[in-house]
Formats: sequence, C-alpha cells, structure tokens
Amino acid sequence: MKAAVVIFPGSNRERDVCAALKRASGKAPAIVWHRDSDMPQADLIVLPGGFAYGDYLRCGAMAAHSPIMREVKARADAGTPVLGICNGFQIITEAGLLPGVLLTNRTLRFHCKDVHLRVETSQSVYTRRYNAGQVIRVPVAHHDGNYFADKDTLDRLEGEGRVAFRYCSEAGDVVDQSNDNGSARAIAGILNEKRNVLGLMPHPEDATDPLLGGTDGQGFFASLAEALS
Amino acid sequence: MKARVHVSLKAGVLDPQGKAIGNALASLGFTGLGEVRQGKLIEIELDGSDRAAARAKIEAMCKELLANPVIENYAIELE
Repeated sequence: MKAAVVIFPGSNRERDVCAALKRASGKAPAIVWHRDSDMPQADLIVLPGGFAYGDYLRCGAMAAHSPIMREVKARADAGTPVLGICNGFQIITEAGLLPGVLLTNRTLRFHCKDVHLRVETSQSVYTRRYNAGQVIRVPVAHHDGNYFADKDTLDRLEGEGRVAFRYCSEAGDVVDQSNDNGSARAIAGILNEKRNVLGLMPHPEDATDPLLGGTDGQGFFASLAEALS
Repeated sequence: MKARVHVSLKAGVLDPQGKAIGNALASLGFTGLGEVRQGKLIEIELDGSDRAAARAKIEAMCKELLANPVIENYAIELE
C-alpha cells in the first residue's frame, strides 16, 4: 500500500499517521504540500489532523479550497480511498466529500483524552479487520468535533450503513455521557456512498504503539494494508 | 463600495458560544434575556459602482466560501 499524506499550513498529526501507515504496510507514505496540484500515484490519500489555516472562518473551510483539493476530489470520485482524521474530517466535509459539518463541542472545551468507539460496520477498507459492534479505545483531541447534519441526512447515513464509528461506553452502550462533544446520534465517523471516503474525529493512528498506552487502532491500519496491498 | 456580509447560524443549530455569552450576561446582572446567538460580520471592499454586479459577486462568495449552507444563513448589505 502506497499512501500520500497531504499537509496544509497548520497540519500537525502527519508524523503520527505516517508512522502508523509505515508500521502497517512497511512503506513510508509520500508527503504532498497543499499548494501542489500534482498528486503522486497513491492507493490511499490521507488528510491528517491539526489546525489547517488556524481554523480561520470555519474549521477546514480554507483548506477545502487549496489547489491540491481539486485532485483529492477527482481521486475520490474515481474510487481512491480518502481518509480524513480530525481536522481532515472537517476539511472533507467543507469540501463536500462527506455530508454534514463539525460544530464546536457542546462543552465549549477542548477534549483531549481516550474515548471508546463502537465499530458500526466492518464493510469498508478501513474497518474490515474489526467486527461490527466491537469496542475500541482511541484518543480524541479536538475542540470542534460535534457532528451535525439534518435529520434526512442522518437517516440516510444510518439506513445505508454509513456510520462507521459511534462514541460509546466501555461496555459498548451508546449513551449521552459517552458523547462528550454532543455529536448527532453519537457519530464519530462516517463513510461516503461509495464507501471509499471516511472521515472520523478520533485518532486511531495514536493507538498503534503499546508505548502510547493502547493498540486498538492497529486494526484500522491493518485493514487498509490488507485491502490495498 | 463596501459590502457587509452577516453570517448567522440557522435556527435549530446548537450555538454553545451564544449560550456562554448569554450566561455571562446573566451573571453580570442583565435580566430579561432570551436566547443569545453569535454570528460573524465580514466587510469586503469592492472596486466599481455597479451594485447589481457587486451583489452577484458577493452572493457567489457566500456560496463558495463565506457561509456553510448546512448550518449558516447569510445576509448581504451594500454601503
């Protein structure tokens, strides 16, 4: 699997995701600068976490109009897997690759801690090594992770099995106390219609090394390496 | 010519910052307050004097970048 990681001014989690991708696939990803309009051949495109353009105007709004995003959209339309983590999720919703938007956390606080997620579907290149219903523990680090979409969009996402992850308790129950940021229907990650684009707020890349306190995110990158090699 | 774009959250979209401002106003002793909502004001200087063309241009800016139609409304004011 050859991945390309796109960097914007203000991205700051690219090293983490590169390390996780290299660990899973054995290949170091290519780094692509946002002003580039050429994208190398890639089996996977990643928009990492951070604060692209300082979150000016709206989180992800400026980055969504960067020159490289035209090519990211074209590749996504052609079926290349595109993964947006945290700020990357905000960017791909602003770019229109996924529906909805990420609002400010309902607590108005920056959340930086481990959370439990329920894997809602194993039917994607990102989640095939997990079982639907499985609970994993991974970190979050965001101020604007409160997923919002209108009722019809939420119903469609659920009806089409496009909710990939939900915030839940350690036992796997989707309860309000586990949904700190206030996301609609406790949604932590969603897929597009073709299931090749995934956006999620939590950071599975930061749960791939035992030194960092957990390895539940390894399945995520093992899924990609298996599907795309 | 100067344009002012007022961007506001649609009804029903949670506005925790507006809520926090409302709570702060209440704690300062201001009474009789209903809901408080926070928005944005963007001022843009434009060349030319064709108001219709200016409005159309700002409208396009709102759709492409300045507002996110999923959560926000916008209103354009030309000076």
